[in-house]
Amino acid sequence: MPFLLFLAIFLIVPTITVLVGSVQDGEGGFTAGNLRALFSDAAISSLTNSVILSGSTALIGAVLGGILAYLIVSLGERSLIRRATLSLCGVLAQFGGVTLAFAFISLLGFSGVMTEALKSSVGIDIYGSGWLFGIKGLIVVYVYFQIPLMVIVFTPALAALRPQWREAAVNLGATTPQFWRYVGFPLLTPAFLGSALLLFANAFAAYATAAVLVSQGSVITPLLIRASLTSEVLLGQRNLGFALALEMVVVVAIVMGLYALLLRRTSRWMR
Amino acid sequence: MNTGRGFRIARTVVLLTFAAYFALPLLSMADFSTQAKGDAAGRTLDAWKFLIQNESLRSAIIASLLLAVLTVFMMIALLVPTMIWVRLRVPKMSRVVEFLCLLPLTIPALVIVVGISGVYAWVNYLIGDSALTLAFAYTVLVLPYGYRSIDSALSAIDVVTLSEAARSLGANWLTVITRVVMPNIVSGVLSASFVAVALVLGEYTFSSLLHFDTLPVALTAVSKTNASAAVAGSLASIILISLLLMALSFLSRDRLKNSEGLKP
Amino acid sequence: MIRSTRLAATAVAASVVLLSACAPPADNSNDTVTESGVAASDATTSEDFGGMEALVTAAEKEGELNVIALPPDWANYGEMISAFEAKYDIKINSAQPNAASQDEINAANDLAGTDKAPDVFDLGQSVALANTDMFAPYQVETFDDIPADFKDADGTWVNDYGGYMSIGYDSAKVPDVTSVEDLLGPDFKGSVALNGDPTQAGAAFSGVMMASIANGGSADDIKPGVDFFGDLKKAGNFLPVDPDSATIESGQTPVVIDWDYLGSAAAANVSTWKTVVPPEAIVAGYYYQAVNADAPHPAAARLWQEFLFSDEGQNLWLEGGARPVRGDQMAEAGTIDADLWTALPEVEGAELVVPTNEQTEKAGSYLADNWSKVIS
Repeated sequence: MPFLLFLAIFLIVPTITVLVGSVQDGEGGFTAGNLRALFSDAAISSLTNSVILSGSTALIGAVLGGILAYLIVSLGERSLIRRATLSLCGVLAQFGGVTLAFAFISLLGFSGVMTEALKSSVGIDIYGSGWLFGIKGLIVVYVYFQIPLMVIVFTPALAALRPQWREAAVNLGATTPQFWRYVGFPLLTPAFLGSALLLFANAFAAYATAAVLVSQGSVITPLLIRASLTSEVLLGQRNLGFALALEMVVVVAIVMGLYALLLRRTSRWMR
Repeated sequence: MNTGRGFRIARTVVLLTFAAYFALPLLSMADFSTQAKGDAAGRTLDAWKFLIQNESLRSAIIASLLLAVLTVFMMIALLVPTMIWVRLRVPKMSRVVEFLCLLPLTIPALVIVVGISGVYAWVNYLIGDSALTLAFAYTVLVLPYGYRSIDSALSAIDVVTLSEAARSLGANWLTVITRVVMPNIVSGVLSASFVAVALVLGEYTFSSLLHFDTLPVALTAVSKTNASAAVAGSLASIILISLLLMALSFLSRDRLKNSEGLKP
Repeated sequence: MIRSTRLAATAVAASVVLLSACAPPADNSNDTVTESGVAASDATTSEDFGGMEALVTAAEKEGELNVIALPPDWANYGEMISAFEAKYDIKINSAQPNAASQDEINAANDLAGTDKAPDVFDLGQSVALANTDMFAPYQVETFDDIPADFKDADGTWVNDYGGYMSIGYDSAKVPDVTSVEDLLGPDFKGSVALNGDPTQAGAAFSGVMMASIANGGSADDIKPGVDFFGDLKKAGNFLPVDPDSATIESGQTPVVIDWDYLGSAAAANVSTWKTVVPPEAIVAGYYYQAVNADAPHPAAARLWQEFLFSDEGQNLWLEGGARPVRGDQMAEAGTIDADLWTALPEVEGAELVVPTNEQTEKAGSYLADNWSKVIS
């Protein structure tokens, strides 16, 4: 009972506030203006950027993370390296937000370690005009926590691919590529896609890292929400912020719904 | 799986490349935060000392640590009794509870915080306005992780039998929870706690938009005047979180060993 | 059982939603009442307290003052705060120094009724004029010295200090700047930073306005300014970094478009820093000072106002490179710090531009639609 009350106050009420607020104007009357504003140039371009950021980092993270996961699973369950890698990935996947932003500023920023090293040794200036603080920088930084997340989420599926199936296939005359094509990939695809979707949702909802790195232009939707709440030039944008938040919930809910579906398909053969 | 020699060499190379990629930012943080200012050469611990000497950073660190502890307690106090009760009394509700606990994964933190300022106006009025009130919001954020750990721990033991046995021996509910069930799910509770601590120490969305001075917010503020200190603070929190999560993985390894000892 | 649990849950949720729709009751219990029987939060002049000394007593009795969004190196606020604390037995709690004007209003709303709500505001033009119902009118003792254009007749708000939009640069790193157009040159690659995002911060907004006027625009038309920054970005000269004293000292931001007083304060440690107000585009901006109508420390808030507009306070702002609002009057009366006053950058050339609220709104919406596209 107290559990439900707690959730009601701190989760349900804010969500309802956002839902209701998105169709309200500043004084409490109802309007569709905010929802219409979701189709303005600025909102659409920031949504597009958010999707590009989330999609690209999900793809890169899924592929690279998938490779890493495959490699450590091939080490066998008892391997120390495998367990160390898994716990390390557990740490790195949590390594988001402020700490990650500063890590990359210390590496690639104006007086970053790598920037200075490359400047003094090879004469290349990788800092340029500060690309780190725009969407390109966000992509590079987000990948850093997407890969470990992929490893954590995808390894159980890979590990459940039993060697007995491999042996059975070989016994029936299959070659390695054939095994993968007819047995391995079909079994793993739902898990792979599901994990990639999780990565997408993770990147889409992320706020802290971008908030610290980007101070010029609201390139992605979460930053546009921040601007609508704190701007001193454009006033009365609070309800637009609600509408944008609603937009975010819809996108994430769709993605997570697909993820849940794929998860159910995967768990069937993983038992 | 393929274990030929060529594969093994390739695997080692790729693994080392990944290791280098992940280590790079961490090493650069260590390097950056210990560089001497200006034209002086050599290393200095000034940035690290600044973390403790600067008053606002110090209070932010203490606030964050206290918040972490408070959140862990709240999460355990809220989740464990509820989940036990659900298993014992209303097993049909377990899907509902699971759905509710995983809801914070679907509703981004940014969305929750946008709508929560009305609720927090009441919280501030009733309880005061220290940063520790964030514990309520943080407990919601850690629910999914806490639920998963505690759920798998509870599944491993037979809660129904244990608690009924204890009740029939005369224990009251508090005793059942604290002295019968909890000791058996310690590793699940601990893993939930460690993840909660990691999350709270790094949480920026809520604290910055609700105007509380926690560690990440203070680090961002300090970065405007002292970038080295900000990097030092980030590295410190990463080290702390890593130590906690490493300890966690050791605990689960022990559990793996123990449970294997029980297999026939 | 399940149905009743669900019903209970819904009932709980519904009641909480209703609760959340209303704000908690405000806490007015700690209102100081002055000798003349007027509540401190209603006092409109120091006379209502029974004179300056009674005001000081009432304020010191409250013991604390909450200020917000006052960075120490912004118009010398650091010294202003310590001077006030030294003069009176009042502790100043300075919250969120890096917050923007809207954050001040948000904080006042979120913390209303608590002890931590801001007592006074220092706001940009748009936010100030949009929220006048949150201010309490108060006329400081030097109220009559302030020109009518710079204050509200009742004292609901008063301009406190101002400056001109300028281009600050490190002459050791880049060639001398004489006009806005110079910044497009190849010597300025990766060097030009704007203080903030113009859709969010007043300083950045005025910066774009200045660029617009320099390129044939006006207070009604900010498009040339946005286009200028687009060109700057394409030339690779624009740096999407927030400038502050750290970035200026390290050389990360050799050129900064900012208020003249901010640039010179941030560059205090760089001896080769120069500040120029482009003669073809002079954009001025004053900030607005007001007392929170719901201030938790109403007497201290009013004493702070008195301090800010006294000769001492105005000179402290001048030390920070800002133009105090009583500057001209004090120069005539001889109470101004003459050296600092004459050291302010020369401003001559085109007509002075101070955008009105309507012009700011119009420009703001144009920026909202176009800035992100141009600058990403």
